[in-house]
Amino acid sequence: MNSSVDVEAAARNFLARTEEHLVSYLEACVHCGTCAEACHFYAASGNPKHTPAYKLVPIAKAYRRQKFPLAWLGLAPRIGPSDLQEWEELLFDTCTMCGRCTSVCPMGIDIASIVAGARQAFVAAGLGPKDLLAAADSSRDHGSPLGLTAQKLRERMEWLADEHDVPIALDKPRAEILLTISSIEVMKYPESVVAMAKLLNHAGADWTLSSKGYEATNFGYLAGKADVARLMVERIVAAAEAVGAKTVIVPECGHAFGVLRWSAANMLGRALPFAVLHISEYLAQLKRAGRLKLRPLTDSITYHDPCQISRRGGATEDARYLLEGFAEDFREMAPTGVYNWCCGGGGGVQAIGRAADLRHKVFKIKMDQVEQTGAGTMVSSCSNCRLTMDESKEHWKWGGGLASLVELLADHLESGGART
Amino acid sequence: MSLLEFARGPALEIALGAFAFGVAWRLLSLLALPWSRDRSVARPAAPSALAAAAGGFVRRMWPARPFRRSDLWVTLNGHVYHIGLAIVVFGLAQHIQFIKGLFGLQWPNLPTGLVSLVSVITLASLTVALARRVVSPVLRLISTANDYFSWLVTALPVATGLLAQSHLGARYETLLAWHLLSVALLLAWFPYGKLMHAFLVFLTRGETAILYRRRGVQS
Repeated sequence: MNSSVDVEAAARNFLARTEEHLVSYLEACVHCGTCAEACHFYAASGNPKHTPAYKLVPIAKAYRRQKFPLAWLGLAPRIGPSDLQEWEELLFDTCTMCGRCTSVCPMGIDIASIVAGARQAFVAAGLGPKDLLAAADSSRDHGSPLGLTAQKLRERMEWLADEHDVPIALDKPRAEILLTISSIEVMKYPESVVAMAKLLNHAGADWTLSSKGYEATNFGYLAGKADVARLMVERIVAAAEAVGAKTVIVPECGHAFGVLRWSAANMLGRALPFAVLHISEYLAQLKRAGRLKLRPLTDSITYHDPCQISRRGGATEDARYLLEGFAEDFREMAPTGVYNWCCGGGGGVQAIGRAADLRHKVFKIKMDQVEQTGAGTMVSSCSNCRLTMDESKEHWKWGGGLASLVELLADHLESGGART
Repeated sequence: MSLLEFARGPALEIALGAFAFGVAWRLLSLLALPWSRDRSVARPAAPSALAAAAGGFVRRMWPARPFRRSDLWVTLNGHVYHIGLAIVVFGLAQHIQFIKGLFGLQWPNLPTGLVSLVSVITLASLTVALARRVVSPVLRLISTANDYFSWLVTALPVATGLLAQSHLGARYETLLAWHLLSVALLLAWFPYGKLMHAFLVFLTRGETAILYRRRGVQS
């Protein structure tokens, strides 16, 4: 089996993309171990191998092996196929690229960005969890990781529009806003799509979905397949350009937002011809403009910050602004905001079947956080977090409630709309 | 040539050369790599890159509130030996004389007794850091020979300096020679091992702060 792991290909792949900041990050680690306590996988398992700094060992070695000045004397660091195989699980199953370790690193090393690069190198070496890679391949071949083809999208949207009596714009020739969706929502939480349609219609927005580019999740990025990552971005860009959209809205999906908002332009090598907003950012804009009229929510709730929206996305305050004056019994968990604990299923970990047991252990941290607030329901604005938490909730038979921010807002819209 | 003459002369000269060459080589080989250009649109309120880097550098001097309970003592101990080393290196009269001989720069010295006290505290603090590295399962796993050797070459000049200052264990000239040789070892190793973090920290803290601040992340 080892012969199928190409160590040199991993090193070549990583070296081809080495930029100054990545190498500085790799060379600057002082092995202080501070990152361990910040990592939910280490916190849940107590296994030292789950220390974020340890996850970088093979890629740091592979880099030094190529660059070591005395390599010609046979003194370069040694790394073999079995090393890469051992670390596959650490890089894919036990890292959600949530960046909590980055927040505590006294050297300021952005471990998450190295993990993203390392995953590409591992895939080049012939490694990577099969189910995660299959999700990326399905995105490439069928338009979505869950097999939501353009035809199925049309059928589902037509059914949802009929079922909920809500106009869902699909393939309008021109629109100000291109709405994208996560296939997790369409297949598991279709009410979330309906909720977005209700909210956009309520505000009188000029929007559409497009069967040319609808999938917001980017499993190419998560699985370390750069070609698929770029293809997924190109589809959305093409769809937005075709309808002349000035804004692309990313649904409740953290990584989808992180990739499209902060990485897509760098993948394409050019600025995107539209603004990218997470749905919570867009709804906050509507509220500021007086275009979101809500009835108050009286149930006690707390808010889970999706990592890529808060800690790495800079939209921490938008969800809170939406809840302000609306959720009458809102309770912050501790820690919260940019330092909130991860759900354990981001970064593609949700799609890795063998990682389920560890994910469930991680969710106990979240259960404790919620229980300490005493809130009845945990609200999130990421369907991937929601799916992860739903599965773990079922595993632990936990009695806490889980909800989506957009669904809560849509359920409390004042009748009559807020068109200006 | 006596041991002291060797330590004062060729040993320190070679070590200083290795230090200067090594630092220049490490930094230039890094800075010569391609620099990523971030084409994403920064948030409107994002500060300039310089302001972001400076702010981020200062922010990471101290753990953020949620991590203070777990990181407080480790951070404090780190500050104790880093500041202690700075006081010892730049506060002792003999060190200032040595630096004046090299670069012509000088400044007022601290009392020798105070510097000796700081040296003892620094050595104790370094010992705590080493003990933690040996005892903690996480640190044992991630530590390499580089980490232990870097600790050794950092602690040796402090220990030999204290011995020389106290005239303990051997003739003063011999103690001074060993002190200078330990300094030479520190300088020669500095750019090739983990101690280079003293320079790299400006790049890593600064670059992550720029990445985060342009996204509007306050972390």
